[in-house]
Amino acid sequence: MIEVAADAQTQPNVIEMRGIVKTFPGVVANDHVDFSLQKGEIHALLGENGAGKSTLMNVLYGLYRPDSGEIRVNGTAVTFDSPRDAIALKIGMIHQHFMLVQAMSVTDNVILGLHTQGVLIGEKTAENKITELAERYGLKVDPKNFIWQLSVGEQQRVEILKALYREANVLILDEPTAVLTPPETRDLFTILRKMRSEGRSIVYISHKLEEVMNVSDSITVLRAGKVVANVKKAKTSKAELARLMVGREVIFRLSKTEAKIGTPVLEVERLSASNDMKMPALRNVSFAVREGEILGIAGVSGNGQRELAEVLVGLRRATGGRFAIGGQEVTTATPRTIVDMNVGFIPEDRVGLGLVMGLPILSNAIMKRYRDLSKGLLLDYSVASDYAGGLIKEFDVKTPNMRYPTKTLSGGNLQRLILARELAREPRLLIAAQPTRGLDVGATEYIRSKILEQRSLGRAILLISEDLDEILSLSDRIAVIYEGEIVGVVPAEGANVEEIGLMMAGSKRMELAS
Amino acid sequence: MAGFKITVERRLLPSRRLEIAAPVFSILVALVISAVPISLGGVNPIEGYYELLYGALGNKLSLTETFAMFSPLLLCGVAVALAFTCKFWNIGAEGQLYCGGLVAAFFAVNAGGLPAPVAIPLMLVAGFLGGGAWAAIPAVLKVRLKVDEVVTTLLGNWVMYYLVSAILFGPWRNPKTGWPESPIIAESTFYPILVPGSRFHLGIVVSLLIAVAFYIILKKTKWGFELLAIGGNPASSQAMGISVAKQIILAAIVSGGIAGLAGVGQVAGIHYHMKTDLSPGFGYTGVVIAMVGGLNPIGVVLASFLMAVVVQGTQAMHRATGVPWALAEVIQGIILLCLLVGIFFTKYRVRMVKA
Amino acid sequence: MTSPTELVMITSILAMAFRMAAPLIYGTIGEAFAEKAGVLNLGIEGMMLMGASAGFLVGYGTGDLWLGVGAAAVVGIMLGLVMAFFTVTLGAQQHVAGLGMTIACTGLSFYIYRISIVDVGGIPPHVKPFGTIPIPYLSEIPVLGDAIFNQHALIYIGIILIPLAAFILSKTKLGLSIRAVGENPSAADTAGINVFRIRYLCLAIAGGLSAIGGAWLSLSQSGMFLPGLTQGRGWVCIALVVFCNWSPLRILGGALLFGGIDALQLTMQGIGWRVPYQLFLMMPYVLTIIALVAVARRARAPAALLSSYKRED
Repeated sequence: MIEVAADAQTQPNVIEMRGIVKTFPGVVANDHVDFSLQKGEIHALLGENGAGKSTLMNVLYGLYRPDSGEIRVNGTAVTFDSPRDAIALKIGMIHQHFMLVQAMSVTDNVILGLHTQGVLIGEKTAENKITELAERYGLKVDPKNFIWQLSVGEQQRVEILKALYREANVLILDEPTAVLTPPETRDLFTILRKMRSEGRSIVYISHKLEEVMNVSDSITVLRAGKVVANVKKAKTSKAELARLMVGREVIFRLSKTEAKIGTPVLEVERLSASNDMKMPALRNVSFAVREGEILGIAGVSGNGQRELAEVLVGLRRATGGRFAIGGQEVTTATPRTIVDMNVGFIPEDRVGLGLVMGLPILSNAIMKRYRDLSKGLLLDYSVASDYAGGLIKEFDVKTPNMRYPTKTLSGGNLQRLILARELAREPRLLIAAQPTRGLDVGATEYIRSKILEQRSLGRAILLISEDLDEILSLSDRIAVIYEGEIVGVVPAEGANVEEIGLMMAGSKRMELAS
Repeated sequence: MAGFKITVERRLLPSRRLEIAAPVFSILVALVISAVPISLGGVNPIEGYYELLYGALGNKLSLTETFAMFSPLLLCGVAVALAFTCKFWNIGAEGQLYCGGLVAAFFAVNAGGLPAPVAIPLMLVAGFLGGGAWAAIPAVLKVRLKVDEVVTTLLGNWVMYYLVSAILFGPWRNPKTGWPESPIIAESTFYPILVPGSRFHLGIVVSLLIAVAFYIILKKTKWGFELLAIGGNPASSQAMGISVAKQIILAAIVSGGIAGLAGVGQVAGIHYHMKTDLSPGFGYTGVVIAMVGGLNPIGVVLASFLMAVVVQGTQAMHRATGVPWALAEVIQGIILLCLLVGIFFTKYRVRMVKA
Repeated sequence: MTSPTELVMITSILAMAFRMAAPLIYGTIGEAFAEKAGVLNLGIEGMMLMGASAGFLVGYGTGDLWLGVGAAAVVGIMLGLVMAFFTVTLGAQQHVAGLGMTIACTGLSFYIYRISIVDVGGIPPHVKPFGTIPIPYLSEIPVLGDAIFNQHALIYIGIILIPLAAFILSKTKLGLSIRAVGENPSAADTAGINVFRIRYLCLAIAGGLSAIGGAWLSLSQSGMFLPGLTQGRGWVCIALVVFCNWSPLRILGGALLFGGIDALQLTMQGIGWRVPYQLFLMMPYVLTIIALVAVARRARAPAALLSSYKRED
């Protein structure tokens, strides 16, 4: 860390970042960004996915080294070699993907990496301190538990405790509400306001306008790596922020054609399944999806959606119940059978389950048709590349050469590739899980319009999404999932958002015909 | 800190030129580094390398001997490369080689009545099945029970080695000589010698055919496509309908079978008995070869030949200059390690930037 | 009732078991540190051999066995650092780097021996092995006393190392950091731990300890350096780490079990039992495979074992 003499001018700015530039191979993530954080404020860093918000804060936290630019903490210029330096200056960060060691206890995770006196861990003292902190801030958590035993919301509380334990004066939160129910979100805001009243300063990274307008004092808007605005909340509006974020007028709702519903394609009856930890994830779930209809499964991530999708495509064994596609029972079918039944799957985990990143784009494009493109044992690569080329053009996957490795594609193009591959087979049933997560507005609009197009072609679509806006704008019917159970099914037309929110939080249930 | 900073960034696109230049350059660097142990041994490196090259390639005898060594190395290299393609870390080629040799020898010893055109193909099948069966065990354990194959294939080598030893010191000891080797195999199962007056045997052709088959599998078949997909991302492959478990077991069996063919070659082409010292570590060198060759068929052929030259040539260097025989292993290891550095440079761009 | 001769035989087998377990103890503790930090060190066999060779050469050359052990440790630590360079800094595939190290070091260990020793025709050079140090009172206990408390210094040290290693890993902040690095390097990095430094440290420990284990073989067990000296013990250590579920405390039991099988096998050979001795030699490997299968469901390998870590990837 290099320290330079403090400025003579006393600024209430706890953090000042000037001219930050950070590039990765192929992309400029931060393009001469200026950012200041005042003491005792909640400052939102707003921008759509890929705008550079997380990158900027990773620079502040010492995880990334900026290519150029200056950072000042309390007026003193600093350089961070690693998070250790940031932590020493009382900066704490809670990442979108939690940085917790699953196999270790809450206590161990909280004290990890701390420089205190002595060689020993000092478990008892730490436990007491953690319990005391937890009570003070209303963060209910038992220090003796192991992380893998905790729910996602509880894990986030551990992350917050980590920062508080290190007496963080500056707290950075990266998309914290992605994994929270509405009531948990309210609790989080209460905690943040309490911290603010103690004089701590908070950076709140988000792409959700509603929350930003709710909790922040000032807002910096990033777009494509550059700062486009820095405003006080009181002086702006949701519409203006949206426009700043995207650079043009944003249409909040897509137009839907009249529904033409047919016979059921997917019928699910009292389906149950366990998660990777052998705990129940799906409990007696029943629903049906018909031709020409979009059934939206609403719910906060982590309530069984992932397991549901995996069971329906044959990747996970059901522990009870049954389901059928086109009248044919497939409860114990292999993924191969289900693929052959012309089911399309857009998985939640694009990179982990949807694509083979190391292979050429061409290979991923033909991944579901390669058997048809083969004669006997041999795969005809020239026919395959014609086919792939056609797909890539039709779905506008931007790449200079389809023989390049798939990992050279950006997030939006990866999803277009997956979409291309799945939709080209004209699937009678499409299962789409979190299809627009992490994508910029342009890609999001494209994906959603394609899904609506499938609907008007008479396909059956199961849409699983944590984005309630998306569910509301695309679905014909909405089912709410909470802790593995369907707690309510309502028609999308005239749906009561408040009621859905309550169901998502488990506070309300509907009587459902069994 | 001085005024310079070293930046390391991942390359987005692999550069074709670099992918070929890096291994070549690494090998050259390795040979330069190897000059150190050579001179420590009291030998002038230039003289040493001359003896090495002459001893491996200089005359008919050397060349045919080098090819005789090339054959099992190529087979093991292909075997390992095939398994590695779908990320089945088969470190057990050595044990599979022995098992293949054992089963083939058992057939060959008792094949007296059969004519060569029948006996030899059958012996090949026997060896393939032997090696394949031995590889199937760790594969099934991995697929069914999630047991890590690095450890099971590695330990399996020792189990098979001791099994062979127990058999050859015990019930199958050669009654004629009393040595720990099997009785001699039937003459009809001897690999024909293709270059008179040398040990250039049929197995060498077999190994080249297998290398060609490997090429065809990877570049032209459905199965090769599936293996590449599984190696890239087994979860996605499963979701796309590829039967990952079945393909991994199949790949392991084929891999083990090919290593088994190496064992057959040693029995039917060189020793004419099953022995406890059938292989001086071909299976392990096969791992080196597979990595050095970048898991691609042409690279594996070239790397196998390189290793054969190194082993054969070092033997000659030893005879000519007195340099200890252990040098061969040292050079092999240094080549692999230099290659790992080379691979690093193909994946990352390193620059010196003024801070 | 057991007869006096049987008692003597049991005692000698037990004592031998400890001696045979010694290299396993050192190697396995070292390997456990490496693997707890997320690195599979397949170079252990080569490091053991280098320790045996370097240790012997220095011990023979200087006439001081302890200098030999020290030299082995230094060589082992350096080799561990080299291994760390390849796997941690370059991010190379761990088992390939390990195999490369083993192949290079196996050759190198014999190479340096051959160029240093001029064969005095016939008898290979040897050293007088370490003597035993009986612990007063405790060594008087019948059977156990002679087996356990009348042993060599390196064995005592090895036995003490076990609870020490367990303590470090479970009760100290360093141990916590090591475990975190092996489970989730990103989390450790974010918490301010230097992932690279931890992995380098653990590999240095692994190298140093395995080399000491090798030095034991050449300086004490046989008193000379021969081909086949390690008999694949380095690989047995890899097996042992899994067998003991990455827990240092179990290593003593595991090492004694395998050492005991070794001792039994040697004794049987001496007696002339009809059972092929190879079956005994096979035992540790077969046992480990069985243990792996049994433990596979609950196997708690460090979650990040075999993965390299680069921050901005």
